[in-house]
Amino acid sequence: MTRRQSTSRRIFSGGISKWIFILPSLILLAFFALPLFALVYRSIEPDFFANTLSRQAFQALKLSLGTSSLSTMITVLLGTPLAYLLARWKFKFKSWLELVIDLPIVLPPSVAGLALLIAFGRRGIFGAYLSEIGISIPFTTTAVIMAQLFVAAPLFIRSARIGFAHVDKQLEESAYVEGANQWQVFYEIMLPISARALASGTILTWTRALGEFGATILFAGNLEGVTQTMPIAIYIGFERDLGVAMALSVVLILVSVVLLILTKKIDNEEE
Amino acid sequence: MKRLLSLTLLLSIFLTACGASAAPTPVPVTEAPTLAPTEVPPTATSKPESQTLLVFAAASLTDAFTEIGAAFDAANPGVTTTFNFAGSQALRTQIEEGAPADVFASANKTQMDAVIAASLITEETQKNFLTNKLVVILPANNPAALEKLEDLAKPGIKLVLAAKEVPVGKYSLEAFNLMNGSFGIDFKDKVLANVVSNEDNVKQVVAKVQLGEADAGIVYTSDAIAAPDLKTLEIPADVNVIAKYPIAPLSNAKNAELAAEFIEYVLSAEGQAILAKWGFIPVK
Repeated sequence: MTRRQSTSRRIFSGGISKWIFILPSLILLAFFALPLFALVYRSIEPDFFANTLSRQAFQALKLSLGTSSLSTMITVLLGTPLAYLLARWKFKFKSWLELVIDLPIVLPPSVAGLALLIAFGRRGIFGAYLSEIGISIPFTTTAVIMAQLFVAAPLFIRSARIGFAHVDKQLEESAYVEGANQWQVFYEIMLPISARALASGTILTWTRALGEFGATILFAGNLEGVTQTMPIAIYIGFERDLGVAMALSVVLILVSVVLLILTKKIDNEEE
Repeated sequence: MKRLLSLTLLLSIFLTACGASAAPTPVPVTEAPTLAPTEVPPTATSKPESQTLLVFAAASLTDAFTEIGAAFDAANPGVTTTFNFAGSQALRTQIEEGAPADVFASANKTQMDAVIAASLITEETQKNFLTNKLVVILPANNPAALEKLEDLAKPGIKLVLAAKEVPVGKYSLEAFNLMNGSFGIDFKDKVLANVVSNEDNVKQVVAKVQLGEADAGIVYTSDAIAAPDLKTLEIPADVNVIAKYPIAPLSNAKNAELAAEFIEYVLSAEGQAILAKWGFIPVK
């Protein structure tokens, strides 16, 4: 409490120089806030609830929540061991491996969608073999989850890797000295200490998966109830009825806000 | 509208206050680099030396209009024609939201009528400039072994259509209604059960079939001609739908004279010949 008071006093005691910080901040904040405000403002019309409660909107929301939860779960299950390897093990080509994992974060999602199609499409390098045994991935809900996994999982891995790397090595050393095996060290020491990094990484991946659009529309297509997630319903809605698109956008903003508040809560409880 | 105005006002006050230059509403436009509206001199009396024309055209016109644009530019030195190709329904929304188009070429009447209703195009200025028909496209190796139109109802095939908001998607549904008369009343339902994706524009349907991800797709005959590597199944005239494409200048076109000249060129013998070459049915 006392720390906060002294900080606020500092803001008001500064001279002209304080504007060097305030003005650019205000410009950028307004740039973020104005479009969101405009969207919410214009979406408030008599049809708002009819638009948000339509069957299409409900199906899209259900599909989005379901697929993003699943892809996030897969990410945590497979990504945690990988992040641990990257943080603690030393091996050849490690930096190259990290590059491959970070690449999906910076690539445009359309590139991700195309790559998935070329790999797992019916005529893809691997998809052709799957196709021979009767498995076809494009245009299925599985394709939606794969697209989300591809673009969103690296965010968790990155966050978890940094979390694990920050754990004091001496703690581990002393545990090993006392006879703990690698699993015990991981489970009893690494996991609890880096829990916050893991949690915020999980939410980051979840929100990113929820918003995935580019890779999904290329790799999974657009079919109501099967592959039409919220972002795709918004894109298609934009071309039919702006009201529907805006209403769906507002719902997506609300869901994202709830998720972000959740992250904040987790962070605060850890403190 | 009032709300929008006050919002715009608020925004412009904010932008001026910050000393930033107020940019026009950003709109996704392909080939944007050549689009420079500020370069057009404001003086109306002297004819500017270099002029730009921005044409919003249905995705199915991509190949034909690119060629027409090049021919039009060659015939009019100093003129640069740029295009924004997308599904007509997407173009309509962009125009309604203030995109700086000079000419709108739509793949159906519905989207043109919407722009007319928004008072952005005068009804009398629109002209039909071509017609188009539907055809079924198949990957070259025809993985589902489709031999005739009725096979579209075979359970388990992967059919890709354009979304019902896209003109060609709407025409496809109309054609299925007609086919119900020939192939039985549940034909349409059986076919629609095979749909695995409703794509955003006709070229996406072509791409999914070309990649071999779909067993069949329904597009315009012109799209099939532009993709010679694909197999086709003809749709007989009695169950086919004739698409009429209207074209019109925008009422607030930056370059009304040039817009009229472009439309004239599309309707001229040269323009119609290029359209015919790409598989469209000329109106003249």
